[in-house]
Amino acid sequence: MTLDLSLLPDGGVRWLDAAGAHSDVVLSTRVRLARNVDGYAFTGRARDGERLRVLVQLREALQVLPGLNDSFLVRVDELGPGDRALLFERHLVSKELAGLEPQHPLRTGAAVYLSDGLSVMINEEDHVRLQSLQSGFELRAAFAALDRVDRELGGRVPFSYHAEFGYLTACPTNVGTGMRASVLIHLPGLVLTKEIGRVLAGLQQMGLTYRGLYGEGSEVVGNFFQISNQTTLGRSEEDLLDQLIRVVGHVIEREEEARRVLLRDAGYIIEDKLWRAYGTLRYARSLTFDEAMNYLSGVRFS
Amino acid sequence: MLCDNCHQRDAVVNLTTIENNAVRQLHLCEQCAAERGVETSVATPKHPLGEFLQAVQQQSVPASADAGKCPFCGLTMKDFRATGRMGCARCYVTFEPSMRELLRRVHGNPRHTGRPYRPPKDEVLERASVLGELREKLRRAVEQEQFEVAAELRDRIRVLE
Repeated sequence: MTLDLSLLPDGGVRWLDAAGAHSDVVLSTRVRLARNVDGYAFTGRARDGERLRVLVQLREALQVLPGLNDSFLVRVDELGPGDRALLFERHLVSKELAGLEPQHPLRTGAAVYLSDGLSVMINEEDHVRLQSLQSGFELRAAFAALDRVDRELGGRVPFSYHAEFGYLTACPTNVGTGMRASVLIHLPGLVLTKEIGRVLAGLQQMGLTYRGLYGEGSEVVGNFFQISNQTTLGRSEEDLLDQLIRVVGHVIEREEEARRVLLRDAGYIIEDKLWRAYGTLRYARSLTFDEAMNYLSGVRFS
Repeated sequence: MLCDNCHQRDAVVNLTTIENNAVRQLHLCEQCAAERGVETSVATPKHPLGEFLQAVQQQSVPASADAGKCPFCGLTMKDFRATGRMGCARCYVTFEPSMRELLRRVHGNPRHTGRPYRPPKDEVLERASVLGELREKLRRAVEQEQFEVAAELRDRIRVLE
């Protein structure tokens, strides 16, 4: 199987096009829902045959789903490592689904439905990971798109659900709503003014958590942070989203304030940093990923 | 100044929390602060899974409740402690008391208050499974160039759709 991302607008990186609210600070918004198909062991414990049956059952339902027009299925398990890495880099599949790490080898039945801004990962840690990725600070819009597809799919395929615990997932940290909402936010101002430590500690007091550019287990590079809800159970989807919107709103204000202060009091230093970053990016012949991200962060700041 | 929590080590963290609309100031040593989930450096992103596995280890439910295997997938609590992953939906029912305690620790509240879910009715599932079978037959018929059979299958699929 070959991978053809030209079927997607902008090759699947529309989430990077700097549209949407507050896109000078918030790069993108992602919301995902974790679901499992009832009657099968979860992906990690299922046999190859079970995972393939899960794939067939979901494919039947997804093919005719109204909310997923113009989507196409990619059998990740039939792709080479280069194509799988490409899907991962564009945030279209998780590292686990792409099977790029020794502790998460490629699974039979790993697949993804791709459409503009919305994707469905199949046989990730959970059977179904619905995800919506949008440019800018657009949590409610991202969730609304997802919610529709979730209801339609759940009406055709039985999901694992417990009357008390809610939607059941392989990892207990996702049980309940199965929802993880996150924003990818660029905070060079708070890092330079050394306020970032207090802001991040504050996030944790509010039940939120942060990670690096590529999610769980990734390092913070280029002053990009992913802020998301830490808990998924005991509060409604709307409550979780409201909380995140409120807190991220504050973080944006603090970042904007820090940028104003920096430009006012240290404009010369900032300008120097920018031109150095630009010079290196323009004329260097070889850069590591971290180096490139740090210089891009500098240029983006201005 | 000594730590407000252990009264042994020097306090290095000044923690301000807001509980029930009242501001509370705490002076903590690094160790006690870490136990409350306060990071003292920025460089290390937090790994919720690590904390959660710690919670698994500290479970207060008696070990007898965790004996046995899930009748559906064969998972034991020992397997769960090793991987941090449940094996199937039935595991949550099999080990319900332990899971309730664990979910309370991880999320603060073990009761789902989000979207309720009603699974599809049996006839919907039945129809979907019949449709799936017919489509598979149609694909094979086309492959083998049995066009008369294919046309008949296509009509049956149209009726069901």
